[in-house]
Amino acid sequence: MTAAETPLTRDIRPGGEPLGLREYESKGGYSALRKALHEMTPGEVIEEIKASNLRGRGGAGFPTGMKWGFVPKKDETSTQRFLVANGDEMEPGTFKDRVLMEGNPHQLLEGVILAAYAIEATLAYVFIRWAYHPAFNNLKAAALEARQAGYIGNDILGSGFNVRVHIHGSAGRYMCGEETGLLNSLEGRPARARAKPPFPPLVGLWGKPTIVQNIETLCNVPHIVRNGAEWFRDLSLTDDGGTKLYGVSGKVKEPGIFELPMGTPIREIIEEHAKGMSNGVQLRGLLPGGTSTPFLLDEHLDLPMDYGHIEQAGSRLGTGTMIILDDQTCPVGLLHNLEHFYAQESCGWCTPCREGLPWVERTLEAIEKGEGRPEDLEVLDLHCRLLGPGYTFCALAPGAMDPLKSALKFFRHDFETHISEGKCPWD
Amino acid sequence: MLSPEEIEAVEDGKRKEETPRSVCIAAMNFIQKQRGYVSDENLADLAPMLGMTVSGLESVATFYSLIFRKPVGKHVILLCDSASCWILGKDRVLDHLRRRLGIDLGQTTADNRFTLLTIPCLGACDRAPAMMIDETLYGPLTLEAVDEILSGYGNPDS
Repeated sequence: MTAAETPLTRDIRPGGEPLGLREYESKGGYSALRKALHEMTPGEVIEEIKASNLRGRGGAGFPTGMKWGFVPKKDETSTQRFLVANGDEMEPGTFKDRVLMEGNPHQLLEGVILAAYAIEATLAYVFIRWAYHPAFNNLKAAALEARQAGYIGNDILGSGFNVRVHIHGSAGRYMCGEETGLLNSLEGRPARARAKPPFPPLVGLWGKPTIVQNIETLCNVPHIVRNGAEWFRDLSLTDDGGTKLYGVSGKVKEPGIFELPMGTPIREIIEEHAKGMSNGVQLRGLLPGGTSTPFLLDEHLDLPMDYGHIEQAGSRLGTGTMIILDDQTCPVGLLHNLEHFYAQESCGWCTPCREGLPWVERTLEAIEKGEGRPEDLEVLDLHCRLLGPGYTFCALAPGAMDPLKSALKFFRHDFETHISEGKCPWD
Repeated sequence: MLSPEEIEAVEDGKRKEETPRSVCIAAMNFIQKQRGYVSDENLADLAPMLGMTVSGLESVATFYSLIFRKPVGKHVILLCDSASCWILGKDRVLDHLRRRLGIDLGQTTADNRFTLLTIPCLGACDRAPAMMIDETLYGPLTLEAVDEILSGYGNPDS
């Protein structure tokens, strides 16, 4: 068996200098753009992406090619279209897009330009969270190089296709990662979510058709265009195409990001790639794809890490970067930490989220301190329902309740012990 | 008054952006980089350049947690307070920082050297517990490492 391919990360020097333009070109960089601009129509690029089974890597897992297909074609409407690369990456536990933006900025830019070509956009943004200073600086430098080389600008490679690319540095707030919050932010407004529908492919930036796509998703695009949809599907162990940047953090021996075939079993990711649990601790559970995804347990470790299997187990693949809960760590304390984050990051627009999340946070704090009352568990159960889907304006509060709901199910005994003993058993 | 460089950065942004107001976050980030924070006076000067009301610009400025509306110290310490860093002991690091600097969260040392804040997930979970000082990321942190890092920014005891 040959070693699995790692198209997204194979050229990246971890912690080292990013690939410059010449180096990227010497490894085949921008050949996909050349191929698409000279040999493929925008529609053919979309068809290739559809055939690849690429699904969004930002958390929702929506089929990428299908999303691009929703954008009205140029012959249907002359309105401007926009492409936005979402590099906000503020889901706690997630650090995969940072690796891609820091290490190989041209790979992302080629994906951005190709995606812009596919949807016939003339302006693209790369939206980068505030804390990612090296990513911002590397992308700024790479965009300048790409402009000077004629990959960005007017009449790219003599094709007649024009696109400008702006690198946007953000100023904090989790809501910027929600695609419509991100669009409001780019317009110079607070990053509050917009009502959906209409969805951004029809009504996005300044009311015009816009595709917002995660960084890892876009980095796959040059490879699909260059090597074909079938090659991409074959990288995966399951129906969802490609590789996946999996992450492991918490008390494991070697936390990190690992590019592996989509559908690699959870156990293999933790034990072989993160080298297993740290000495003296045992795994109790994990949040598979960021803090908005429900817990999985030991019994789920042999599941393939892909969209379908994780959903069947009651959770979500999310960003694919897992946080491990070990037996020396208090689950109530962890939940208190998570809900503090969500309460702080609530934009305050709708009442259940604005009022409910701080209430949940304070309740968990009381339980963790040993000041909880038996009826507090009913309060938490109620909030899991009333901050859930259908009660709030956007997905922030439901995402905050998913891990809590699963923790109340899987670790209820720990919550009860805190209350009955009047202290945290881990203190 | 905004400096000539700040005015040029705003005007340059307006030439490139689709609408003047979409320059506002980049403009405030730029001003903060020069001055450490964005003052009331800065907002009053900037708003008309972008066709915004001062209160409209203020509502954007105060929404974003990393636009500082109050003066900060020479160096801003941002300790990650999210899940993986919590699991790996960020509370101990925070207690240590508090003791070492003699300040609580949101405060600035008397010598104006450090401001201590927390930040949601720095995206450095493989280096937990992690913190950022100005634009430099540090982690995984031990209490000894924190002392050494701080001394690189000038001795806080002096």
